[in-house]
Amino acid sequence: MATLDQWPFARRGQIEGAFDAMAEPNRPLSPHILIYKQEITMVMSIVHRITGVGLYTGTAFLVWWLAAAAISDGAFAVAQGFFGHWFGKLILIGYTWALFHHLLGGLRHFVWDLGKGYGPERYTMAWATIGGSVVLTGIVWLFLI
Amino acid sequence: MSFRTPLSRVTGLGSAKSGTEHFWNQRMTALANVPLMLFSVWLVITLVGADRAQMVATFANPFITGFAILTILSAAIHMRLGLQVVIEDYVHTESTKWLLLMLNSFFAFGVAIIATVSLLKLSFGG
Ligand code: HEM
Ligand code: HEM
Repeated sequence: MATLDQWPFARRGQIEGAFDAMAEPNRPLSPHILIYKQEITMVMSIVHRITGVGLYTGTAFLVWWLAAAAISDGAFAVAQGFFGHWFGKLILIGYTWALFHHLLGGLRHFVWDLGKGYGPERYTMAWATIGGSVVLTGIVWLFLI
Repeated sequence: MSFRTPLSRVTGLGSAKSGTEHFWNQRMTALANVPLMLFSVWLVITLVGADRAQMVATFANPFITGFAILTILSAAIHMRLGLQVVIEDYVHTESTKWLLLMLNSFFAFGVAIIATVSLLKLSFGG
């Protein structure tokens, strides 16, 4: 169990003069994001959010595809034509990657929710998410389609 | 020493009265999404380049349509909760925030309903 003087908290002396107004000596402070060393886990946190929003937006394409199929042969041909085109494919490949990345990122969240995975293994999990998402996307697009 | 009243201790809802439910629904739909999304990836792969007749034939199977609808509903609930947090994190003007939260709900419900009706229509023969 981490105590307040361990990562990620900083002690008063570590941020010289920034919090002079605070009377309490030695009180744990939340350092501003800008003074953090960039870490892979921080990048992963924001990428989870970005992929989440990307997946959200992309559901519009899913609805288009399904609704077109329900409407008519002509409408469905237009949709299938779009997704068969290189630009449509690029969107689908991006969506596949975002989905796998977000899915594996979600599994990391489950580990954290169980109270585990806060030690150095967080770096392993982060890199496994990146590697896993690329490999799974590759498998789908190179071998299955 | 605790300053909580006995009532607050029994109800266990904290001062905001909500939030646990949001968190829990986000996790529950996230967990459901794992198998459902793997199923959907497989389903979409089998339907790459399909024509409408193939779509109708595939969705004639109630298990496939059922799981596809479950996927849509789980994803819609999950993504609505998720984007709600993103909006609350970044938008601090009350009016804009409420507008975006409403649009978020409209989009999520719209996606859920249109996809579900489309799937049912295909399932019943296109
Ligand atoms: C007293 C200090 C802090 C408190 C009480 C606090 C509290 C919280 C809470 C309640 C959440 C939401 C957790 C969730 O979504 O499950 C959160 C998320 C987050 N916090 Fe903090 N936080 C603090 C300091 C910091 C600092 C110093 C940073 C960065 C330098 C930070 C970065 C983040 C990020 C990136 C998230 C989103 C995590 C995610 O999306 O998984 N927080 N914080
Ligand atoms: C495939 C399985 C999925 C899993 C395991 C999963 C897991 C999660 C988890 C655990 C969170 C909470 C992150 C936090 O508390 O910081 C989350 C957030 C989110 N998810 Fe998912 N998700 C999945 C699929 C999806 C899909 C299909 C969509 C959209 C259609 C989506 C959209 C979002 C959004 C918008 C957020 C909010 C991002 C944020 O607050 O940073 N997710 N997801």
